Amino acid sequence: MTQDLLSVQNLSLSTADKGLVKNLSFTIAPGERFGLIGESGSGKSLTSLAVSGLLPPSIKPSGRIILDGQEIVGAPGKQLDSLRGDAVATVFQEPLTALDPLMPLGKQIALPLRRRLRREGKPSGRAEVNRHMRDLIDQVRLPDPERLVRAYPHEVSGGQRQRVAIAMALACRPKLLIADEPTTALDVTTQDQIIKLLTSLVDELGIALMFISHDLAVVGQMVERVMVMRNGACVESGLAADVLTAPKDSYTQTLVDAAHRFDAALEGRS
Amino acid sequence: MSASKSILTRFSGTNATFWLGLLLVGTITLTGLLSLVWTPYDLSDMVAGRLEAPSWQHWAGSDRLGRDLFTQLMIGAQIALIVGCSAVAIGAAIGVTTGILAAFATRFLDDALAAFFDILIAFPTLLTAMLVVAASDEASLGTAILALGIGLSPIVGRITRLLTKQVLSQDYITAARVSGSSWPSIVFWHILPNILPFLGVNLALQFGLAVMAEASLSYLGLGAPPPNASWGRMLQEAQGTVYTAPWGAILPGLAIFALVIGVNLLTDGLRDRLDASRRQV
Repeated sequence: MTQDLLSVQNLSLSTADKGLVKNLSFTIAPGERFGLIGESGSGKSLTSLAVSGLLPPSIKPSGRIILDGQEIVGAPGKQLDSLRGDAVATVFQEPLTALDPLMPLGKQIALPLRRRLRREGKPSGRAEVNRHMRDLIDQVRLPDPERLVRAYPHEVSGGQRQRVAIAMALACRPKLLIADEPTTALDVTTQDQIIKLLTSLVDELGIALMFISHDLAVVGQMVERVMVMRNGACVESGLAADVLTAPKDSYTQTLVDAAHRFDAALEGRS
Repeated sequence: MSASKSILTRFSGTNATFWLGLLLVGTITLTGLLSLVWTPYDLSDMVAGRLEAPSWQHWAGSDRLGRDLFTQLMIGAQIALIVGCSAVAIGAAIGVTTGILAAFATRFLDDALAAFFDILIAFPTLLTAMLVVAASDEASLGTAILALGIGLSPIVGRITRLLTKQVLSQDYITAARVSGSSWPSIVFWHILPNILPFLGVNLALQFGLAVMAEASLSYLGLGAPPPNASWGRMLQEAQGTVYTAPWGAILPGLAIFALVIGVNLLTDGLRDRLDASRRQV
């Protein structure tokens, strides 16, 4: 068996008076697509922050998180800085707030890009950065790169913003990409495009994906394995096809049923 | 119809504010620059009779020693600008650094710094400045500037701390963190640019305060020593003759007023313009 890219063992997260995530264990292999499902407040996003070592100081982790061979829990900030970007990058839910409102989009892509080129010891002059940036913009299929690199976040559409955010994450060339509800803030058509784009990109580049969502249909079409969370604990995990078609846990069952009813309602059946 | 409308919009609201501010600040700046190379008379030459009224020879009249007041006003513009800019620069350097440090510090240090800012703010700026001047060997332009800069810094620090905390809570800071940015680069690339529009407006207000505080210091005899002409000292010297020769007090007073209001209008207008160009899609 190959070495896991991410291995989470008995992870618990708690504030001074309250447990938020309890005894969570899962692994993600290199290049694998893994889904984390749960309702709001189930601890999905906290788990993803814990993986990148960015928990708020008030939340104390216990257990182990091993990312790319390095222990995250209790690691010093300096070591985490170098791990972030190299091993893990994140695409957030709301692209409008995840982009700096006062910085042109091109610059926002260029910053992590230059960091990566430096890290890899490649030339990181203006010309190189620009060339790589064009490639990235192509890769996320953004139109009109000339205008785009000079535009500010509020000047482009929500879908384009999320593509920029994906380009920024890819600029790091991470081994694991965390997508924290990357489609929730988008309309349905755009959602679909972003999902297709993410799927094809992680395949193409061989990046592992940790996809966080409450949308079963979206998760089902994207990932190979899923874990269902409720109130900070894992209720069920396994192959996406199994869990979503024949759920064993009653909570997962209600989620699946709700999704079915929603689909049926959309199609006009009762 | 459309022409008259465009003239209306051109001279109303934002633009009027901006242009009036630019006119006032521009005139004073040019006067200050001009005084470096040319003044009608020499600053300390007694070229006129005592307390002459404004005339073609002496545009602003003369003081009780017969020195030309317009020359003093010109030099005063130069001094006011130097003091305003340098004091704000010093205040900003100290204030922004400590403000950002406080925002990043542990809760204990942050609380301590915030309390320290509050205590300093509770001291009137002028009083702080007077203490600094009093503590130095002799009153000079440099000590006045340093004193005002230190006096202004806690207000700048407090605002910087608040603005930085606000920016730090934004998603794009987390996004920059996850992509591996170090804190120094986040401060440089994200925090400073995002607090600057608000900080800039505040610094302009501080500039106005500094100009007025310098006038007050000079009025109290704690500013630039003679023969430097500062508007504040002109006011002080004209105090005894304000009924017989009112222009000696009115003109420097007007100059202070024009500079302070001009800077405020200009910043206001600039901020509105920048906002408007950002909003434009």
